[in-house]
Amino acid sequence: MTELQAEQAAVVPRIESQSQRSRYIDVLIALAAFAVLAILPMLTGSKALLDFVIRCSAFGLFATSLNLLVGFTGLVSFGHGMFFGLGAYGFGLIMQRTGLPVPVAFVATLVITTLIAAVIGAICVRLKEIYFAFVTLAFQMLIHSTILSWVSLTGGDQGLRGGIPRPAFFGIDLSNHVHLYITSCALLVIGLLLMRQIAQSPFGYTLRMIRDNATRASFIGIDVWRAKLTIFVLAALFASTGGIIMALFVSGAYPEFAYWTISGEGIFINMLGGVTTFLGPMVGTVLLLILNDTVTRLTEYYGIVLGIVILFFAIGLRKGLMDFVVEWYARRRDGSGK
Amino acid sequence: MLLLDIDALTGCLASSACLVTQTTSGFIIGMLLFLVAVGLTLIFGVLKVVNFSHGAFYMFGAYFAMTAYQVTGSFALAMLCGAAGTALLGLVFERVFMSRVYGSDVLMQLLVCYAFVLIFDDVVRMIWGPEFKSMGMPAAFQVAPLFIAGGVVPPYYLLLIGVALVAAVILGLGLARTRIGKVIRAAAHNPGMVSALGINTGLIYGGVFALGGMLAGLAGALAAPVRSLTPGMGFSVLIESFIVTVIGGMGSILGALIGAILIGMIRSFGSLGFPLFTEGLMYLFMVIVLVSRPTGLFGKEVA
Repeated sequence: MTELQAEQAAVVPRIESQSQRSRYIDVLIALAAFAVLAILPMLTGSKALLDFVIRCSAFGLFATSLNLLVGFTGLVSFGHGMFFGLGAYGFGLIMQRTGLPVPVAFVATLVITTLIAAVIGAICVRLKEIYFAFVTLAFQMLIHSTILSWVSLTGGDQGLRGGIPRPAFFGIDLSNHVHLYITSCALLVIGLLLMRQIAQSPFGYTLRMIRDNATRASFIGIDVWRAKLTIFVLAALFASTGGIIMALFVSGAYPEFAYWTISGEGIFINMLGGVTTFLGPMVGTVLLLILNDTVTRLTEYYGIVLGIVILFFAIGLRKGLMDFVVEWYARRRDGSGK
Repeated sequence: MLLLDIDALTGCLASSACLVTQTTSGFIIGMLLFLVAVGLTLIFGVLKVVNFSHGAFYMFGAYFAMTAYQVTGSFALAMLCGAAGTALLGLVFERVFMSRVYGSDVLMQLLVCYAFVLIFDDVVRMIWGPEFKSMGMPAAFQVAPLFIAGGVVPPYYLLLIGVALVAAVILGLGLARTRIGKVIRAAAHNPGMVSALGINTGLIYGGVFALGGMLAGLAGALAAPVRSLTPGMGFSVLIESFIVTVIGGMGSILGALIGAILIGMIRSFGSLGFPLFTEGLMYLFMVIVLVSRPTGLFGKEVA
């Protein structure tokens, strides 16, 4: 065997080992992040900080899953919040009505979400851009109005009240604040890791291709409809998980969780953080929640302030913060290399 | 949950009085929706932008009309103020903000509109307060209702339907027959060529946006005496008018008219037969249309 042949033979395993290695790195980063989050309660006694991280977990999962649709597949969903609401209501109702153990209720909620997302997705993903955005929005409003009018099941505009029972399982007691915190962090880290795997898989690259040129993708034999539907359902599952965390956190579910503004905020979080990087939506979540908490403390006209910030990003910067940082870093590196 | 009240529905269909009353109320809902939806569809047809903040123009039209009516006491002036004020607002909104995001992706356009939905709602809350307001029926229309085949029809309803129909005819003829209508249609088709022929496309865009805003404002002003006014009132109207444009076909004025009347009738008769599922019925109808005809009933382009 000549040296050249040996080199060629080594190329394929090398690519595989590279992707294998980047997967290990992802797992390591996830473990490190979880470790940092897990020792946080020991360092600080601040309940407010832990609450903040729990809310970040709920919205972070929701926003990152939306980015799988918006950033990776080019599906601008304006109704993704319905799955957030669905998760919260589904989980809350199962816990209140059946008294099943938490993990069973968790899985059952995800199964329900899968079924509903598959039906809605099958109708929506055939539509292009703006039609897709508004028909998903219409479904969101349908679910919201169903929650409002089906008073006997959902409690109408009062929401699910009376608290959600949280029986202990495997030694985890979710009514304990620290246990709830650790569980939320674990769900967040696992969820992000899974979504990262989806994004970096061959399927993830298929999605990018569909985003860039759906016609060409279908020419080389990709079933575009099926790929879009798959990612629509997968993203719904993670959004639903975010909703479950939220329901556990507030021990209830409210119609606002299924209102269109949740979807609007999700889109904005993605814009704020940037859709080109995987962690952009997570950065956006933290920024929006900080902004949210600060502004609501200072003024009752939250909409005006938020609106102006959105305009600054949409018209002024024209990209998200992480996009901006990545570009700035790339420019700096190129500059120093020359 | 009581979903279906079939007795109420068949009972109504059997009586001419109920039929007339429900049909009129369906027309009222439909005509208001048409005025909002036609602006939405026009703006989309020419600018290729879905004006997500279009509901705000409806809201401002109603509030402008209420204030003008309280100050001057003249109903005609109130309608004029509602329409003219929102036309101006539309022009400024398009020239200053929307014109900056043409050509960028849908996400940017949605975000700019989303920002203005939030801002406009809060501006209304600042100026007029967060509580429900009511303009009250003008004295000229506080007369005995008409009885048509036993059904009760307030005269104001007839005026409302009449004004909307006149607007539809003027708009349709104006776009089809006049020179400016031809220029607008040409700009929708090929803005680059229109611009090369020495026509100011920026002016056309601003004008179309002002026209769309004016129609939505007129709808709000007409609705002010019969509906309650509240910040955020525009959003449900926006969703419904979007359903109308999807059913009728994006960019088609006739489609918007037919779609609006259909939705009006569904709402009016659905509230009898399906009291808790009236909104669901609309969405269901939209889904059926979209699945069978993805471009809508009168849409030409492939969606």
